[in-house]
Amino acid sequence: MAERNNMKEQILRTSGVNPLKCMRCGKCSATCPAYDEMEYHPHQFVYMVETGDIEPLLNSESFYKCLTCFACVDRCPRSVEPAKLVEAARLMVIREQGKNRLKPDDIPAQLDEDMPQQLLVSALRKYSK
Amino acid sequence: MQRIGVFVCWCGTNIAGTVDVVKVAQTLANEPGVVFSADYQYMCSQAGQDMIKEAVKKHKLTGLVICSCSPRMHEATFRKTAAAAGLNPYMVEIANIREQCSWVHKEMPIGTEKAIILGKAAVAKVNLNAPLTPGESPVTKRALVIGGGIAGIQTALDIADAGFPVDIVEKLPTIGGKMAQLDKTFPTLDCAACILTPKMVDAGQHEKIRIFSYSEVTDIGGFVGNFHVTIKKKARYVREDLCTGCGLCTEKCPQKKVPNEFNLGMDTRRAIYIPFAQAVPKIAAIDEDYCTMLKTGKCGVCAKVCTAGAIDYKQQDEYITVDYGAIVAATGYNPISMDKFDEFAYSQSKDVITSLEFERLTNAAGPTAGKLLRPSDGKHPHTIVFVQCVGSRCSGADKGKEYCSKICCMYTAKHAMLTRDKYPDTDVYVFYIDVRTPGKNFDEFYRRAVEEYGVHYIKGMVGKVTPDGDKLVVQASDLLAGKQMKIDADLVVLAAAIEPDKSARPLATLLTASMDTNDFFTEAHPKLRPVESPTAGVFLSGTCQGPKDIPETVSQAGAAASKVIGLLAKDKLMGNPCVAHSDEMMCNGCSSCEKVCPYGAITYADKEYRMPDRTTKVRRVAVVNEAVCQGCGCCTVACPSGAMDLKGFASAQIMAEVDAICK
Amino acid sequence: MKVSYFPGCTLKNKAKDLDTYARRCAEVLGITMEEIENWQCCGGVFSTAKDEIASKLSSVRALAYAAEKEQILVSVCSACHNVLKQTNHAMQNDADFALRVNNYCAPDMAYHGETQVMHYLELLRDVVGFDKIREKVVNPLTGKKIGAYYGCLLLRPGKTMQMDDVENPRIMEDFIRAIGAEPVVYAMRNECCGGYVTLEDKNLAAKTSAAVLDNAAAGGAELLVTACPLCRYNLVKNGGRDLPVVYFTELLAEALGVLDATQGVKEENNG
Repeated sequence: MAERNNMKEQILRTSGVNPLKCMRCGKCSATCPAYDEMEYHPHQFVYMVETGDIEPLLNSESFYKCLTCFACVDRCPRSVEPAKLVEAARLMVIREQGKNRLKPDDIPAQLDEDMPQQLLVSALRKYSK
Repeated sequence: MQRIGVFVCWCGTNIAGTVDVVKVAQTLANEPGVVFSADYQYMCSQAGQDMIKEAVKKHKLTGLVICSCSPRMHEATFRKTAAAAGLNPYMVEIANIREQCSWVHKEMPIGTEKAIILGKAAVAKVNLNAPLTPGESPVTKRALVIGGGIAGIQTALDIADAGFPVDIVEKLPTIGGKMAQLDKTFPTLDCAACILTPKMVDAGQHEKIRIFSYSEVTDIGGFVGNFHVTIKKKARYVREDLCTGCGLCTEKCPQKKVPNEFNLGMDTRRAIYIPFAQAVPKIAAIDEDYCTMLKTGKCGVCAKVCTAGAIDYKQQDEYITVDYGAIVAATGYNPISMDKFDEFAYSQSKDVITSLEFERLTNAAGPTAGKLLRPSDGKHPHTIVFVQCVGSRCSGADKGKEYCSKICCMYTAKHAMLTRDKYPDTDVYVFYIDVRTPGKNFDEFYRRAVEEYGVHYIKGMVGKVTPDGDKLVVQASDLLAGKQMKIDADLVVLAAAIEPDKSARPLATLLTASMDTNDFFTEAHPKLRPVESPTAGVFLSGTCQGPKDIPETVSQAGAAASKVIGLLAKDKLMGNPCVAHSDEMMCNGCSSCEKVCPYGAITYADKEYRMPDRTTKVRRVAVVNEAVCQGCGCCTVACPSGAMDLKGFASAQIMAEVDAICK
Repeated sequence: MKVSYFPGCTLKNKAKDLDTYARRCAEVLGITMEEIENWQCCGGVFSTAKDEIASKLSSVRALAYAAEKEQILVSVCSACHNVLKQTNHAMQNDADFALRVNNYCAPDMAYHGETQVMHYLELLRDVVGFDKIREKVVNPLTGKKIGAYYGCLLLRPGKTMQMDDVENPRIMEDFIRAIGAEPVVYAMRNECCGGYVTLEDKNLAAKTSAAVLDNAAAGGAELLVTACPLCRYNLVKNGGRDLPVVYFTELLAEALGVLDATQGVKEENNG
């Protein structure tokens, strides 16, 4: 239980989000372009962080699918900012030793000649520490 | 020297639980001027009050200190007790040892110490109290209702039926308000026009009611019982005394391209118009923004066709001043703008409409004669999506409203049900966050929409509406199914939040009535005085006080009327004697107090004075109109010479209290 | 007028057009873009984590550099602009973040968000003015039906970016009008192309990009303009539709008659 609370506290601190503001309308998930690729959806991030049910979020790959497009942030009627929780959960995983999702060695295989540098730096920021 | 009695109330355990009431009574007995001190379980009870009365007689008391609950609660009670015992009621002081002491402290010693201090302060004040007598003012037996919607109409009818004359000021050319635009009304589905228009006619024909349509209140002076109101009768370029409402002019006017506000811009009207067939008064008005004659001097068709000779292009705005005893605000509401919610594509597609627009689309007198047709292409829509809570229950963003607009759940159920009833070939979806139906027969109504009419209620919000060809792709959450869904809709209806009419804020300023952060008028007490403004003589009717449906509006309108009747039935009003008073010998006529007075209660007069050297001198001094003064005390602070003081709250009394506390 | 210019990694490489035309057009419009010395990559995406400090330092340095020169900080790439603006916002509003950044960077600098951060489009709208651009247009793109593609980074989060109405923006449409073309307004213009997730999940990017292109095409767009190299990459590569997507600066250059470098030189010589 203490561990559970600790993880919740850390996510709240890192994100600066107050999930209690949520009125559970689901607009974040309604607007999310990556919804179908996620196991846990934006509104579930908010609810599960609120209830301290963090572990399933961390074990899922849902947060790698978040596009950080801020549609959920801008359209949330309650200003909850779900994307910030997704980011905090993702950081909680990749900040751990050896948990980088994307390694520089993986990149050459993915390259194509039109690929903008912006894509690589963004992906490294999001998937690695 | 006063002979003061101290009465310490236990309030059951409310006070006695945290305050040693016996010790308070004993300690205060030693204060200067105190000749009697006692405690009792419920001082406000009949037995408690009798105890006070007996003590006044037995100990020849001249002042009372009641250590009890807040003066808001029982000051009036104990003043009556004092009066019954032969004392001036203003010789009573309340020491609030409940809200300000026992309820906020947990430990007995601290609570007791503070109660004693509060009691000492009250004793110190009573030592300086003087008997006060309230002034009287007459009551003008006429009421003003601002706003001619169902709230204003009902209030006016009820006041008029009690025999008092009422004026309705309505800014549009007709009374009727929003209700006149509605199709059917929940939960009984009576036609709005069928139940409203008889009331409009009643108001129009009532001998005690005058209707100033196309008019606005521009200035309000005076005070409860004696308001002086300036009303601007906007030029309608049609003589009210001559126009018969035949409507010929509105058929012949060549300017056909004016957006028709009654149908929310979904069709057009002429430059000279009568808003709708059942308008009251049924008198045409010329829209000066569109009239060719008024703009260029070339046309004059309406004047030519008018057999009554009622057209007057030279008409000017007219200002009249009328005296009233009471004023009722009934300024109503509007749906909020959808500008900031364009994820629903309101600005991008004509087929995304608000619920009020939907009312007009289904109304027999509306732009489609009651047939539900898409505004874009006039086709019959098969899939219709309703989105609830658009702009309601928002927080933190600079768009939308924090409150629940209250009426949307029910009218959306009504729209969905009627659509399915009239057009069984339609699929109707309602996206909701919560369905809120607290009201008589309300939930049953919503359940009928679901169970009998097959409306698809889906828990979840719509995230995006994308116009695509002649479809509207609605992307939404289905939270119970745990999926994101897409619906190809033909028509999307947004349940827009409602907000107070824009005229309410400037009106509140004229009335010196208070508003909340949403520009709803504030009531004097949210539970016990819900139809009165804190400003005396100003009453609230309908949605200007908060979102409400028609049944609630009508009840509140009646309640406001009964308060007005209660006021107008009095011949004289007792004033508040705790008003400002200027010591003319000390006043130097500097005008500081006049500048800070929020009520305009201070004027100046030139008065003659006999000087010590036996000469006569004319001096300019401040004079307080005691009927207007509300006793706020701003002037006493602003006065540089100390001439201005507040009766009942004199500077010396306040200082004595402070000294007692700091001792 | 001189402004500080943050080009960013991609504009120096795969999106050289975006950079070249932006500078050339700015000169025509009387603005000199002074490239920040020793700028470092912004990182492409802004981390919303409050305890993420180090990855934002490069942006703070660029902001502080512009502050020292008392210049507006302009970027053309949507992503750079987003990171710079969000970082600046954090420096203004998150005291703890600003303190930690300044402690780390001391004694070289102390910065608290003084710099005004502008996207090149805002520069056109608010400093130059679209009316002035209209006057300077020599090749109006008359009759071209162009869809503006905002994507997400230019506008969101709206509270921070403050560029335009997030749901009903018009800055790019006004730009399109200013160069003589006809804007096509379509609902998906402010939805995400798929962003960096294209590296992780091509299918997702294909779906999001196709949704944008399909909606734009249905609205009648013959051409899309964007300010973001990654948006352009995704739409062209993954959108599954042959709808051209170009940088807005390219059209500006065309309209101003400086598309061809020699034209530009001629223009400059004449002027």
